[in-house]
Amino acid sequence: MSENDQLSLDALRSGDRDEFARMVEAYSPRIYRLALRMLGDAQEAEDVLQETFLNAFRSLSRFEGRSSLGTWLHRIATNQALMRLRKREVPTFSVDEPVDDPDLGELPRQLVDWCCLPEEEFMTAEAQSQLDAAVEKLSPALRAVFTLRELQGLSTRETSEVLGISESAVKTRLLRARLQLREHLTAYFAERVQEVGYER
Amino acid sequence: MSGSKQRCKDLLGALSDYLDGDADERLCAEIERHMADCPDCRVLVDTLRKTIILYREREAGEGLPSDVQTRLYRRLNLEDLLPGT
Ligand SMILES: [Zn+2]
Repeated sequence: MSENDQLSLDALRSGDRDEFARMVEAYSPRIYRLALRMLGDAQEAEDVLQETFLNAFRSLSRFEGRSSLGTWLHRIATNQALMRLRKREVPTFSVDEPVDDPDLGELPRQLVDWCCLPEEEFMTAEAQSQLDAAVEKLSPALRAVFTLRELQGLSTRETSEVLGISESAVKTRLLRARLQLREHLTAYFAERVQEVGYER
Repeated sequence: MSGSKQRCKDLLGALSDYLDGDADERLCAEIERHMADCPDCRVLVDTLRKTIILYREREAGEGLPSDVQTRLYRRLNLEDLLPGT
């Protein structure tokens, strides 16, 4: 994660408004994107964005700086988003999914090569909505790791700090998430391969 | 999966490291040797890599919508410090 060295922790802790506004300016786009990717809903993402900085403002005086500011803000936002995901009424995932078991279980089933599709096939509105739908099918635990590592570009260590899990758990969950997304996208793109009739 | 399914399964756990460039030389060589003989794993790795790329490409260049930004600064009582005002 790119750090913002310009920000003064001392000023932030003492409640300096201008410094706080600089922090908001520096991190709000990333925090908003994180919430949007986690929740898939613009209104909820905006709520999480606001709550994250309100929460940060209230607890900055107690921020010890053991993790970086960016990691700390990601943790607040991720917790908010996870709380909302878990509150959603109809869970589409198994709550007891053994996400950290290094044994991945079944081998991937769908093995159609769709990489060869023309590039414009991946840019259609339908293809893009499939990307969203695939993420929405991930359990909150997998979705959090995927969003932080893959989409927000946090390192394995930073992600483990944000979520309070081990680095090996981050790696296992990331692979699981990627495999599930691949499986979902394969179901869609394999059909496109047939329709376009484009095979290697 | 063709060939030794157990081999495919063993390598599956290393695919993230392989695709992220975190696997050591020995492991990379092992995976590439296996893929040369196992079309299924080759397809798996190719489509997995493509999946990752599709998500990453989407992330570029998305900022904070200005109305969202305005409401955030208002909620935080920072309207006077809204960038660009
Ligand atoms: Zn294989």
